Amino acid sequence: MNASLRFRAAVVSIALLAAFFGIWHLATRPTAAATNMSPEYAKLMGLTATQGKSAMPGPLDVGAKLWEHLKQPFYDKGPNDKGLGIQLGYSIARVGLGYLLAVLIAIPLGFLIGMSPLISRALDPFIQVLKPISPLAWMPLALYTIKDSSISAIFVIFICSVWPMLLNTAFGVASVRKEWINVARTLEVGTVRRAFTVILPAAAPTILTGMRISIGIAWLVIVAAEMLVGGTGIGYFVWNEWNNLSITNVIIAILMIGLVGMLLDQILARFTRMVTFPE
Amino acid sequence: MSTFDNPFDPNRRLHAGGCSCGRHLSEAEHQAAQLRIQSAIESEQKRYEGVVASAVMRAMFPQDAARRAFLKSVGAATAVAAVSQFFPLKTATEAFAQGGPLEKKDLKVGFIPITCATPIIMAAPMGFYAKNGLNVEVIKTAGWAVIRDKTLNKEYDAAHMLSPMPLAITMGAGSNPIPYTMPAVENINGQAITLSIKHKDKRDPKSWKGFKFAVPFDYSMHNYLLRYYLAEHGLDPDTDVQIRAVPPPEMVANLRADNIDGYLGPDPMNQRAVYDGVGFIHILTKDIWEGHPCCAFAASKEFVTTMPNTYGALLKSIIEATAFAHKAENRKEIANAIAPANYLNQPPIVLEQILTGTFADGLGNIVNQPNRVDFDPFPWQSFAVWIMTQMKRWGQIKGDIDYAGIAAQVYLATDAIRLMKEAGLTPPTATTKSFSVMGKNFDPAKPEDYLASFKIRKAS
Repeated sequence: MNASLRFRAAVVSIALLAAFFGIWHLATRPTAAATNMSPEYAKLMGLTATQGKSAMPGPLDVGAKLWEHLKQPFYDKGPNDKGLGIQLGYSIARVGLGYLLAVLIAIPLGFLIGMSPLISRALDPFIQVLKPISPLAWMPLALYTIKDSSISAIFVIFICSVWPMLLNTAFGVASVRKEWINVARTLEVGTVRRAFTVILPAAAPTILTGMRISIGIAWLVIVAAEMLVGGTGIGYFVWNEWNNLSITNVIIAILMIGLVGMLLDQILARFTRMVTFPE
Repeated sequence: MSTFDNPFDPNRRLHAGGCSCGRHLSEAEHQAAQLRIQSAIESEQKRYEGVVASAVMRAMFPQDAARRAFLKSVGAATAVAAVSQFFPLKTATEAFAQGGPLEKKDLKVGFIPITCATPIIMAAPMGFYAKNGLNVEVIKTAGWAVIRDKTLNKEYDAAHMLSPMPLAITMGAGSNPIPYTMPAVENINGQAITLSIKHKDKRDPKSWKGFKFAVPFDYSMHNYLLRYYLAEHGLDPDTDVQIRAVPPPEMVANLRADNIDGYLGPDPMNQRAVYDGVGFIHILTKDIWEGHPCCAFAASKEFVTTMPNTYGALLKSIIEATAFAHKAENRKEIANAIAPANYLNQPPIVLEQILTGTFADGLGNIVNQPNRVDFDPFPWQSFAVWIMTQMKRWGQIKGDIDYAGIAAQVYLATDAIRLMKEAGLTPPTATTKSFSVMGKNFDPAKPEDYLASFKIRKAS
């Protein structure tokens, strides 16, 4: 029954994909070619103008270009032209660094907030004001003060991933069942040991949910941040291809961003499952 | 007087005439002059001599008429000898050619991917930086504000900018006032007004009421030239049409989507609209103001003063590249050198049409305008004065303006001036020339009169 459901879902998925490709292909077919254009003039014009090629690339164009990119993902032809693999690598490294920094700050701080009602109340106004600020709004300030665009990008990732992690950690820690803490207290477990052996395992699923939300936001933001600072990364790649008005490459980049984002999310989802416990 | 012209030629035409570049009486004379210039700058040494001598002549005779009278009366050969008498041309040329030990060899220079940046970009793949002992990385940058910030942050040692930007930044229009220097103009001419293909029958600007236009930046020649052009045709650019700041690639996309009616934009976006069949070239900006400056090579003042030799070598590479790009026969090669994704990331045929000046206009005609874009690095201070009159005309700056003072402060760092100082001479304080924009003469000595002569301007 379960296997048959999975099979039927796969069939529907493939049918949807095929229909999507079919409609895409039909919608981007060339229109009538331009007539009465002298051959010398036609040589100076693009395919859109001469052969009525659609301005939107079709699935075949995208597929062919994607194959080209996948054949050599790590080429390096100077500071402004690197392979898709290298660009994705830069983006992942930036996200990784900023995210790690956020983990180092948000989880201890979240623990503190969750365990102490006083600190929780005291920090609450700051968190409430800082949380809704769009990460990119920090960019000009970061560029101006840090004076280094690539550290600024990492800072922006840090600032956007720190809040969900902080709030979720605090919430997870604060909502550990009072019975468990009381039991630990009765057994005269010290504060540090209580934090690591009782609260951390109990709050772990909530903390990891926060981390999973954060990595999603960080991956959303890195593309925009790299478009702004340029240089390297998948966001820069999109901007560069946009300059060239190459929609084919922009579509490929979108696909790649989606795949990598899914991958990052899946990794954290697996971690979440590992620490989840039945009550 | 172009920096690459022969400064000792009394017969050179100063104003628009009948040849393709507008500087000579006929095409034949133009060809002859081109040949003369080529032979004059055959060797490296000769080229430096040309640049230095040109600067010296200009400094000694700021008035074109006086220089001409002097050359006519004594002859070019005597003039060279006479000038050498009280200015060590040879020494200055040698100092200019050799320079001292480089303080820094690995440099980063930022650019925006448009054809205006041609000399800055091509100097990398074509080896002009390497020849002067520099290892320069040219880095594509996302926007003018990012370029400005990265130069201030010292991530970039120098950068490509719009020629009004150093003025605006220095005066604090649209940003904090920070003294900036602009040692060289990148390109002259090279922009166009592109209209949507659906307006191909509306060639008279008077019928453009209600149009939506785009320009790349508020403080750009594009903005001032478009406003000037519209106003000369009786349209108030602030009330009769809409002008928005739009990044260049979005100009083509918006034209295709019918969101705008046209733009005065940088190339390759004008030719790209034609190539993609969505627009046509209404007028080249060279037909609005022949020889107008557009983009510039800018460096922070700190870089100029703390690393004079590196700066000298860098500027020399740029001047050499500009001289190379000035020659029509090199343009095809340049188009192929800067087309790859590492630089402009455009189809080579588009760049070739822009740089050679033989291009499809989008209406079915092949136009031949060899001077569509040209390269001449001398930062005339009268250019700065004109830009400031337009900034004031459209309300970007207000009050009394020290036109000549600011122009001298920003458009100052020419190599010739620096080298003259090193040689113990008094450098010229003003390097101006008069010119005309759409047939209206501009006298850089009387900017306020010029400003008052316009009927259409922002009420202030």
